[in-house]
Parts: sequence; structure tokens; C-alpha cells
Amino acid sequence: MSILAKNSEGQSVEIYAIGAEFPSAAAVFEAAQKVRDQGFKWWDVYSSYPIHGMDAAMGLGKSWVSAISLAGAATGLTTAVLLQTIPSVFIYPMIVQGKPYFSLPAFFPIMFELTVLFTAFATVFGMFTVNLLPRLHHPIFNWERFCQKATDDGFFIVIEVADPRYSETDTPKLLESLGASNITLIPRD
Amino acid sequence: MATNFTPEVEAYAKAEMTRQPLVLHKRDLAWVTQKICGIVEEPTPTWWWIAFLITASLSVLTVGGVAYLISTGVGVWGLNHPVGWAWDITNFVFWIGIGHAGTLISAILYLTRQKWRTAVNRASEAMTLFAVVCAGIFPGVHVGRIWMVWFLAPVPQANAIWPNFRSPLLWDVFAVSTYFTVSVLFWYVGLVPDLATLRDRAKTKLRKWIYGLLSLGWRGGNRQWRHYEMAYMILAGISTPLVLSVHSVVSFDFATSVIPGWHTTIFPPYFVAGAIFGGFAMVLTILLPFRAIYHLEDIVTVKHVEVMCKIILLTGTIVGYAYLMELFIAWYGANPNERYAFYNRALGPYWWAYWSMMFCNVIAPQFFWFKALRTNIVIVWVIVQFPNIGMWFERFVIIVTSIHRDYLPSSWGMFHPSITDILTFVGTFGIFLTLFLLFVRFLPMIAIAEVKAVLPQADPHHHAEEETHVHSSQK
Repeated sequence: MSILAKNSEGQSVEIYAIGAEFPSAAAVFEAAQKVRDQGFKWWDVYSSYPIHGMDAAMGLGKSWVSAISLAGAATGLTTAVLLQTIPSVFIYPMIVQGKPYFSLPAFFPIMFELTVLFTAFATVFGMFTVNLLPRLHHPIFNWERFCQKATDDGFFIVIEVADPRYSETDTPKLLESLGASNITLIPRD
Repeated sequence: MATNFTPEVEAYAKAEMTRQPLVLHKRDLAWVTQKICGIVEEPTPTWWWIAFLITASLSVLTVGGVAYLISTGVGVWGLNHPVGWAWDITNFVFWIGIGHAGTLISAILYLTRQKWRTAVNRASEAMTLFAVVCAGIFPGVHVGRIWMVWFLAPVPQANAIWPNFRSPLLWDVFAVSTYFTVSVLFWYVGLVPDLATLRDRAKTKLRKWIYGLLSLGWRGGNRQWRHYEMAYMILAGISTPLVLSVHSVVSFDFATSVIPGWHTTIFPPYFVAGAIFGGFAMVLTILLPFRAIYHLEDIVTVKHVEVMCKIILLTGTIVGYAYLMELFIAWYGANPNERYAFYNRALGPYWWAYWSMMFCNVIAPQFFWFKALRTNIVIVWVIVQFPNIGMWFERFVIIVTSIHRDYLPSSWGMFHPSITDILTFVGTFGIFLTLFLLFVRFLPMIAIAEVKAVLPQADPHHHAEEETHVHSSQK
């Protein structure tokens, strides 16, 4: 069920979320803890830099990007072992520098380099994928105040109307009681 | 109990123990945004066009030198038997070393929680990339027949020959290309939130569109920051061994050979220390003028400059130790060829290169023991020119003096650079500076989000902490 509201021209538009601005990192930090304790799930805290300790204040666990990195590392290491072993031992076996076909110590540098290379790719692309980026547009950019301040010096809490705890009457009051200003309904398009 | 101190003593102790803030004059978040984005957003200043014209013209020398080399052959360079590696590899090692400071700042100082790195990491990482670009030119073109350069890559091919995976030269191909790729990724990840800031401030549609695409739609929600910070930490974690490995692998090019003066186990750590030493010198060389031009004194404070001088002092001293240890082992090892190689370095026909290296790398940084010199920006800039010069001489000494006289006196010879050698190298400074000028013009040269995060008010417990201080002094 979608939630509608009237815009300035009197047309009814679908609402994506309710947004609120906070004056400081300390204020948004305390507010986030309260919102978390209220049991909200579909919400986020926006700031121009990562706020230390905010993951716990929002009730978020450890990021699992590290698992993607580990998978990348394993792929890179395997690739390097196969890349060096298959030609040196099976396809083009040749005695070079009097070393055995399978000369593991001499293969270490490339094993290391490819492990690092694949880990870096997995980490970066994994992080953007988990963050659902790149993305050309997002409903939150319909909020003008957010666009002006979010990457500058603003602190925002945005609660999506899709959240089961969202209430048209209580949620704005909650945000207001936490010291928020500019409480705004953000249209979906 | 410790509560017997008078308030004056307590106030004095507190003032003594308080750290100097990383950003001076109690600047706020909006100031940081405005200051750094302002550099990119202002109309292009006249000095920029003049500087750009000079550096771009200079870079034509490398383009011309390389075109002449490829069209004519490696004979246009001064190298010949027995000196088969000369300025090409010297320049390669010189430039690749300069990159190391950027990765050290972005990775190792991140893992060791050195928060001052935030003011200088973006520009230093950019320098890393541009230095590796300059470095990559030389091994690329020194092969002589550049259309055969794909032999370096492990591609299945009809010749039934694969690259020799036991060769350090091939390790080097992997090490340098991995280093460049990972540095680009790390740099770009750091740029994304700042590109979003530029996007949100853009006045024209075109700017908004370009910075919007480059920032990938970054929103700055904590659910994004959470994964972002994890990714950043992992990148720092893998870049730390990577940066140590790159110059180690470069040093293997020499250390695994049997040439006297090259065949030593001290090379990897000695090369890495030298790379960081030379890299920081270049960072200060480039950053200090831009600090003055753009009035970044509140972000890149004297304290930052001082800390970097201390790193130069430390690594310069490590390099000095390595030079002396090389001499000691050459004597102690009792190998006549090894002994002669070092005697020849210091007192042979290239003595001037050896002593230039010694003076620039070992003596010159010792001035940084004095705080008055470390905190004087002009003196710092003058002193760091010595490592810049000295590190080039170091590579020249290692490469040329070792191979111009090896085991067989009948094959001894001298190396003299050709004019093409010289101009091609001079041109790389043009390429390096041109790329840096473009970077300063179009991208935030200081990591906005990271500088904000080290401001005192960025800490969510900032106010709470101040209150406890007041309470404890009232007790």
C-alpha cells in the first residue's frame, strides 16, 4: 500500500520517506539510537563523512564486504598457481636456470601480486554492488534540502514509509521530540 | 592522591597534554567543503594556464624522445656494451620509488591510525599514479622493438614460448601493473564521496552530469558508509604489503643477478626505505607550493610538514645505514670482485655520482633534526630537493657503476648519456606536473570527507567528552 500526500499544487504524490535534519553529529547520534530502539528497520542516517560508532548506534552489524574480498583473494591465488603451473609444468615444460618445472618459491611473487589484485577488484566492485551503486537517480534526491546539505555539513535521518513501524502521525512527532528540524515528506518521483 | 595540584598546575598540564588540532582555527564542516571545492570551482587562474603551458611543452620532449627511439632504434640512447641498462632503468626505478610515499600515506598510515594523513593522502595518491605513469614509459620502450612488448604478457601464442615465471623481470611486470591498478582503485574509492560533494554543489548541468556519473550516485547514508569503510580498510590492508612488495620486486631485478654490487640480500628493505624517502621528498616538493597558492595552511599545517620531515629523516638515515652496511659487507665478505665494485663506486670514474648520492641522501636530511628547520617551510622545500636529486643518483650509481666494470676487465667501459636520454627524462617531469595540474584543476586535491572526519566536532561524543573534562577538573 502506497502512502500519498498533497504537493504544493494540490496533486497527490506517492511518498518515499520522511526526512529530518539534525544540528550536529552528537544530536544525530543520539537520535539514531532512539530510532533504533523504536524498532525501525527501513531507515538510514546521512552525513558527509562516516560517523564513528554509528553502525552500533543504528544497530547494524559488521559489513560483510570482507567475505567478498576473501573470495577475491582465493580466486587470485588459484589463478596465479594455475597460470604459472600449467604452462611451466604441463604445456611448455622447459628447464630454465636449472630449476625444476614446478619451482614454487619462484612462483611466490606472482601468487602474491595476483592475490592482491583480485582482492582489490573484489573489494571495490563488491562494495559498490552491496551499496547498490552505481545508480542514476534515487528518490531521496527529490528532497532539495538534502541535496544542498547532505554532502556538505548536514546530518539527516530518513525513515522510509515502507517501514512497518512507520506511522503518519507518530513518526513526525518522534523525530520532532528528538530535536529534528525541517521534517519533510519526500516524494517517490 | 593526585588531586592536590593547584588549578594552575592542572591547567598547565592540560594545555601541555592537549594535542594540536589537525585543522587549525576551529574550522567547521562547511568551511572544509567550501575551501577545497572552491579550488575546483573557481575560474581557471592565469598562473595555472602559464604553468600548464610550460609543463605540457616539457612533456613533448618525452613524446618526441620516445617517437625518435621507436622509429630509429635503441642506438639513439647512450647505452651500449657493457652498460646495457642505464638511464632507462634508472628513470624507471626513480619514478616508481616516488609513488611509494602516496601508498604509504594512504595505506600504512591508515592502519596505524595516523589521522594527519587525511590532509595529504589525496594529493600523494595522485602523485603515486602519475609517477607510475612516468615510470611505466621506460620499461615499455627500452625493449627496443616495442611491437614485441606483448611477449611480456602470458598470452598463448604460436611461438610455443611462455614468459619465464621464474624471472624477476616478469615478477616486475606483475608487481608494477598490480600496483598501478590497485592504486587507481584505492584512489577512486576515496574520491567517490568527494565527487558527490562536487556534484551537489555544481552550478551547471554539464558539471552536475559529469560529477554525478563519476560519483556513481553516492548518497552518504550510513548503510553505505559501513561497507565503504570496510572496503577502505581492506584496501589499506592489502596495499600495505603491496607497497612493500613493489620495490622489493624491483630490487630483485638486480639482487637475483650475479653482478658484483647487485647480488646482495640487503636490497629489498634498502630499496623500500629509499622509495619512501624519495617519495616524501617529492610530496613536499609539490604540495608546499600548492599549499601556499591555495592558502591551505589550516589543513596542511606546519605540524603536517614537520611530521613528513621526520619520516624523511628516519628513512634517509635507514638509507645511510644501508649504504654503510653495503660497504661493510663488501669488505667483510672478502670477495675481491665485490670489494672492487664498492671501491670503484666511491673512487672510480663515477665517484662524483656516488658522493652526490651520499651527500644528498645521508647528509642533507640530517638538518631535519632541528625543529627550527623542520618548521620553516622555505628551508624544508630547499632541503627536500636534495633527496629528489640524490635518489636519482642512487639508482644511477647502483645500475651504471656496477655493470660498467664487472668480472672481466677486458670488457670494461664507460657510459655517456645521449641528448635523447637527457631530454626524454626531462620530459617525464613535464608529464608528471601536467597530470598533477589537471588533477588539481578538476578533482578535490584534499580528501574532503576524510578531513571532516578528523575535526573535533565530527566525533559524536565531542560535547560529552568536554563536559567530563570540566567535571574532573572541578573535583
